[in-house]
Amino acid sequence: MSATDSTEHTRRDFLYVATGVAGAVGAAGVAWPFIDQMRPDASTRALASIQVDVSGVEPGMSLTVKWRGRPVFVRNRTEKEIEEAKAVPLEDLKDPVARNANIPADAPATDTDRSAGEGKENWLVMVGVCTHLGCVPLGQAGDFGGWFCPCHGSHYDTAGRIRKGPAPENLAVPTFAFTSDTVIEIG
Amino acid sequence: MSAGHSTYTPKSGFGRWMDARLPLPRLVYDSFVAYPVPRNLNYAYTFGGILSIMLVAQILTGIVLAMHYAASTEVAFNSVEKIMRDVNSGWLLRYLHSNGASMFFVAVYVHIFRGLYYGSYKAPRELLWILGCIIYLLMMATAFMGYVLPWGQMSFWGATVITGFFTAIPLVGEWIQQLLLGGFAVDNPTLNRFFSLHYLLPFMIAGVVVLHVWALHVVGQTNPTGIEVKQKTDTVAFTPYATVKDAFAMVVFLAVFAYFVFYIPNFLGHPDNYIEADALKTPAHIVPEWYFLPFYAILRAITFNIGPIDSKLGGVLAMFGAIAVLFVVPWLDTSKVRSAVYRPWFKLFFWLFVLNAIFLGWLGSRPAEGTYVAMAQAATLYYFVFFLVIMPVLGLIETPRKLPNSITEAVLEKKSSVAAATATDQAKG
Repeated sequence: MSATDSTEHTRRDFLYVATGVAGAVGAAGVAWPFIDQMRPDASTRALASIQVDVSGVEPGMSLTVKWRGRPVFVRNRTEKEIEEAKAVPLEDLKDPVARNANIPADAPATDTDRSAGEGKENWLVMVGVCTHLGCVPLGQAGDFGGWFCPCHGSHYDTAGRIRKGPAPENLAVPTFAFTSDTVIEIG
Repeated sequence: MSAGHSTYTPKSGFGRWMDARLPLPRLVYDSFVAYPVPRNLNYAYTFGGILSIMLVAQILTGIVLAMHYAASTEVAFNSVEKIMRDVNSGWLLRYLHSNGASMFFVAVYVHIFRGLYYGSYKAPRELLWILGCIIYLLMMATAFMGYVLPWGQMSFWGATVITGFFTAIPLVGEWIQQLLLGGFAVDNPTLNRFFSLHYLLPFMIAGVVVLHVWALHVVGQTNPTGIEVKQKTDTVAFTPYATVKDAFAMVVFLAVFAYFVFYIPNFLGHPDNYIEADALKTPAHIVPEWYFLPFYAILRAITFNIGPIDSKLGGVLAMFGAIAVLFVVPWLDTSKVRSAVYRPWFKLFFWLFVLNAIFLGWLGSRPAEGTYVAMAQAATLYYFVFFLVIMPVLGLIETPRKLPNSITEAVLEKKSSVAAATATDQAKG
């Protein structure tokens, strides 16, 4: 066998491949911490849930609290607002899904499913971030009397459902629960 | 020009010693002194030089501003106000830097439109053009992150909207957005990394500029006729001819820049950015800096779903597409004739494109409602039709005007026709 026989695997071939593989794995291994450090850090991820006292929120009043660096709207809706939201046929909705973290992901966007549930339908708790590009919508504004995002013109109705404009989804309802009649725990 | 054409001869003993070891003076001589440029370059061709000094100016003012700025949400806003009020000459340096960014974009837009008008992107200058597009992209990223640093209301909400683009990407969008922000919303980690990257990117721009100029010096400059240099009489030496012309244009440009800095320093800014960032309150009307307005109008023009693509993703795709389309312009234009001077129809559509771009910019500053939306949709349509339909089709069907044989002939023809006109006038008079 001559030294130039290329079909034979030589020690040099092995070294080339081994070095190449080690280099590629090493490069990927070194690259990961550089990407990983960009992700939300431990203090950001440690999202303590917050307690909100809503005893002073009369029908027609809203409260905005900060949770995960973002606003959360807590609204005590009026009878009129609830009726308006209930009167909307589901076919008219741009996003037919409830987007409520407290109920199954495929639940329809009925007014009850958007609110705090049976018996507490007057309460609406939503992340106050427009599902388009993240602005904070203005309350009791827009064509449907709900929320209006001034950035790119998205109109939400009185149940926080997207009705008109570029936003693709209804305003998100975060995980929350009434720990007593007057206190809501968000997160 | 390629090596081997060098006419540099070191005059001193030190020059010869240097030339044998590190021929840097030879490189400079060949690139900026003896380098032949077309004799018919007009003032539209001076913006490359203007852009280089603007890059240097931005880096210099930026470095000194970074000595006084602090990237933390607690103090960022006040540190900028401190620069304005307490730091010696701080107000001047900051106004130079913020208005300098605007002037940088004025120059780059003239430079890009000049390239489109004279067909500067056509073979063999495709890579030169693409490198320019990369510089433009890097400039936009740098400007966007720089605008976040003062931590005003527009800074915060501009960053929120622009990083929100990434949530339009299916499946991984949210993950990417959190990777960019370092959290669930724009906050301290975002500000810190933007400051770091805002400091880095200008040096990356400088690196790509070196490649851009290198590519330019390999293929040579275009000129208003679009005819390649064929003979020695088509060119003049870079120094003094181009050097002086560039320097004069720079002085005029800097005078305009100075007018903005000293008389209307906040004309191009937004008053809301003098209100400190508030995560719970969106300004009534968010607008980006003026140089992003045309793209902002395109983003907002897509208010309808296109098949499986929802309006949000559609808007983001249209906006990025408006920039991406620039990269393939060399292959979209099918015309054999380079310069619009000899293409009557292309000339018309080009100027319509310029007006349309300005119109889109104005629409971007308007609220997204009523007739503005319809107008933005029409203007967006023309933007894409210009590149995707007019450029390929017009090149095949347009009859260009007769081209002169050489740059020299074109120049002498112009001179003789002017002389003839003067002669007739005198005869009449």
